[in-house]
Amino acid sequence: MSTHPNTFEILGAVIQWIEEIQPQLNERNTFLARVAVNALATVERELEMGDSGRAAAKERLAQWLKRSGELEELTRELCDRLRSGEVDVSTPGLLGLLRSNTLMQLAIDQPRYRHSRSG
Amino acid sequence: MTTEIYDALTRLARRLRGPSARLLACKHLSGGASLETWAFEIGEKGASERMILRRRADISSAAVVLTLDLRTEALLLQAALAHAVPLPGVAHVCDESDGLGEAIILRFIEGEALGRKIVGDSRFNAIRPRLAGQCGRILSSIHCMAVPVGAVLPTERAREVLARYEALYRASDLQRPVLELAFQHLRRSAPSDGPAVLLHGDFRNGNFLVDASRGIVAVLDWELAHRGDAAEDLGWLCVNSWRFGHPERPVGGFGDYEMLLEAYAATGTEPPSLSRLRYWQAMGSLKWAVMCLGMYNSWASGKTRSLERPMIGRRISETEIDLLNLLEAGL
Repeated sequence: MSTHPNTFEILGAVIQWIEEIQPQLNERNTFLARVAVNALATVERELEMGDSGRAAAKERLAQWLKRSGELEELTRELCDRLRSGEVDVSTPGLLGLLRSNTLMQLAIDQPRYRHSRSG
Repeated sequence: MTTEIYDALTRLARRLRGPSARLLACKHLSGGASLETWAFEIGEKGASERMILRRRADISSAAVVLTLDLRTEALLLQAALAHAVPLPGVAHVCDESDGLGEAIILRFIEGEALGRKIVGDSRFNAIRPRLAGQCGRILSSIHCMAVPVGAVLPTERAREVLARYEALYRASDLQRPVLELAFQHLRRSAPSDGPAVLLHGDFRNGNFLVDASRGIVAVLDWELAHRGDAAEDLGWLCVNSWRFGHPERPVGGFGDYEMLLEAYAATGTEPPSLSRLRYWQAMGSLKWAVMCLGMYNSWASGKTRSLERPMIGRRISETEIDLLNLLEAGL
């Protein structure tokens, strides 16, 4: 594996370059450049937290469903059970499980998003 | 495309303001999902007028939302103006000779449309506490309107809205447990159908113009108007996605539920209950999740290429935490 530069340094260098050229861009491309920087920052967070996040999500799902399996498979099973109505908001542990997994995903996708427990 | 627009607006300048009128300025403002907006100025130096062109985009977006044709939108704007809803006047409904396709021309109104500025900029500090009340009064006025003669609007209540969005979600084979739970819960707890009133359909912070001293001066973007549950418009306004970092102020990031509902009632119309509003707020988050998915799909299928489209797909987790907060609070 090459480390000079490593993956994070490559991302950082591209982000830096986009920020440098931003003042020369027209309005539309200034907006798109900002989107591009955010997109690369998302990739950065996914590289940092994606593997451990997926492992933790799989572990929580496996425990709640009381079976083992891959994350996609377990997620599909939970979706099936929700669709059939077999489990719902009143099922013990469901909302807690979903909150933990959603907060993990949100930390990668939109870490600055502000929300309130009161909805 | 831009040259065609310039040429067409130059001809329109003469049609609306006489043979010596010219196109003095023209700027593309935004390309929405299905409509594009241009600001332009016509006339002569010293005697000119600023206007807005709304026209159907060349590429129509994935059919996530039902949009009205612009002729119907113009009829609604004229009817709403008579109900004292703050609005841009309709200057012209384009026909074939204008060469702009399906398009309408509106009179320009000065105001701030960016939600983030409305909730955060200090120049709106004085007016901000009055905005939720204005929203309540405006929405009750809209909900009292009759469907104008010549306009045909679809009617959708909770179950139909859910079914339409669920079909779009199912078509993608995405597996998101929170969205599954939301579809299930909102189906089971759907309120009984009340009267179907005229709804704006997209009344939220970002779709009205705000003046620092007068507050809301224009309600924009009527293309999603339809008939349905009054609580749908009120709930949509309170979705956390348009509170722009101020979740503690549920109405658009600037006000409280009570201010909104009290102002709605002050016009003599019975407002929906807070629990009905919160049901529709959750529906709003769920709809926005499916719309975000639709924008990702429009890029993945090659229909659109712009970078922000796929990235909007990464906003689905925002709607999921909002849905969980509502579900945990018992809606």
